Amino acid sequence: MADEATRKAVSEIPLLKTNSGPRDKELWVQRLKEEYLALIKYVENNKKADNDWFRLESNKEGTRWFGKCWYIHDLLKYEFDLEFDIPVTYPATAPEVAIPELDGKTAKMYRGGKICLTDHFKPLWARNVPKFGLAHLMALGLGPWLAVEVPDLIAKGLVQHKEQQSS
Amino acid sequence: MATVEELKLRVQELENELLKCKLRQCSGSDGDDSHGHHRPRIEKMSAEVVDSNPYSRLMALKRMGIVEDYEKIRTYTVAVVGVGGVGSVTAEMLTRCGIGKLLLFDYDKVELANMNRLFFQPHQAGLSKVEAAEHTLRNINPDVVFETHNYNITTMDNFTHFMERISHGGLQEGSPVDLVLSCVDNFEARMAINAACNELGQIWMESGVSENAVSGHIQLIIPGETACFACAPPLVVAANIDEKTLKREGVCAASLPTTMGVVAGILVQNVLKYLLRFGTVSHYLGYNAMQDFFPSMSMKANPQCEDRYCRERQEEFRKKEVERPKQEVVEEEEQVVHEDNEWGIELVSEVTEEELRAASGPVPDLPEGITVAYTIPEERATRGPEEDTVPETEQSLEELMAQMRKM
Repeated sequence: MADEATRKAVSEIPLLKTNSGPRDKELWVQRLKEEYLALIKYVENNKKADNDWFRLESNKEGTRWFGKCWYIHDLLKYEFDLEFDIPVTYPATAPEVAIPELDGKTAKMYRGGKICLTDHFKPLWARNVPKFGLAHLMALGLGPWLAVEVPDLIAKGLVQHKEQQSS
Repeated sequence: MATVEELKLRVQELENELLKCKLRQCSGSDGDDSHGHHRPRIEKMSAEVVDSNPYSRLMALKRMGIVEDYEKIRTYTVAVVGVGGVGSVTAEMLTRCGIGKLLLFDYDKVELANMNRLFFQPHQAGLSKVEAAEHTLRNINPDVVFETHNYNITTMDNFTHFMERISHGGLQEGSPVDLVLSCVDNFEARMAINAACNELGQIWMESGVSENAVSGHIQLIIPGETACFACAPPLVVAANIDEKTLKREGVCAASLPTTMGVVAGILVQNVLKYLLRFGTVSHYLGYNAMQDFFPSMSMKANPQCEDRYCRERQEEFRKKEVERPKQEVVEEEEQVVHEDNEWGIELVSEVTEEELRAASGPVPDLPEGITVAYTIPEERATRGPEEDTVPETEQSLEELMAQMRKM
């Protein structure tokens, strides 16, 4: 499955309680609050561990999410915009995270820049419905994907460092 | 000397003309219709065996005693969700069979990377799949009514519209479609179709081709009666490939026109049998291309299904079954007993069944060649309170959103 560091990070994300999707009016608000609580905690943990690597926000219905994620490689920061919709079947199915600007640059992507997760992700998510939320999706889905794909994209010259981003 | 305004108008005029030429050329390269070979619509299917009758070979099915009433096909509406490798071929087969109405759903565009599959042509690259498909299909058979929707069904707004069209998009506006066919390539879309059909009590068929392109399946789902897509973890046809030798480096999915064509073929065959009432309609039919093996089975709905509407439909089905006069079918299961066992030899497993089950999850009783993509341990409902969950909060959603933004 995931490496030790990922496992530890995931174990420190609080689990969610409300099994509800965007089609359930009041219960969805409850779920959204839990999503934000878990995300805030995860970002705080990341900051404490000096491993802050993404920001997320949503529209007011919580159905469309967007933000930034970044990856440090050879002391340089590479930043990407990310986005996804909450599927009507959430949380039974995880959202498909997209990084549109990388569309067509790697084979580990579906059309529209949706990242292609490993075989392990779906069973893992299915076994943890409804306890896993968007913070878990970041930690177990997008995080490991960036760690594998970004260095490869840089090595191939498909992603270049933007000068103003030097950190 | 012309004014700027006049020149602007002239440019507009020329642009429009160019667009018209492009359109004419585009439809011309589709083949026959550049020579004006559009056939007129046919009001009534004829059984007359003449070269000019597009339905003669289909109507012959009646004379041969296979189908009782072939013309009935013109009264049916089928929705095809996903117009890719399987869906486009499925739609073409139904169009050629003279289906009454087709609803096509897809949000994708035709790409050159699709050319290893059937149906779409290179000159259609860049067009939306539903638009390109409608154009080709209308040329093949102008008797079919088409309705196309270029969107992703899994997002909130589109899903509501999708449900509305499934329940009201029949040939007679306002009536539901007769059958929904899932020809999508991902779990999220299948679950969305499943949710819609469970809620509406809509019968549908699911189809799929594995990401390694060497197996596929079709499945008939009658909400409340046969297992829905959420009743068990996804079923897969075992391809008997050693996982260790399967290389996944640098790719998401492979595809073959052959496997997709076979799956589209068995899907539409099942559709025709279901709609026109002939032969046996398969509940689940798998295709293992490596061994040329076609496992089949039937699975009942799961009373503990996570989908609330599936459980509601099951309740309705149970009530209906009770009211129906009983036909006693006695099925006796024979136990394998060896004639004699004088040494008292017994098979004892080294791990108890409970131990095995706790480590993985229960595997439904499936025939050889079909398995589940993964299992889900049963204990997930019982554990919980001692785990670290999100705390109760007095903060409102807006406050939390603002807090997250400030980080």
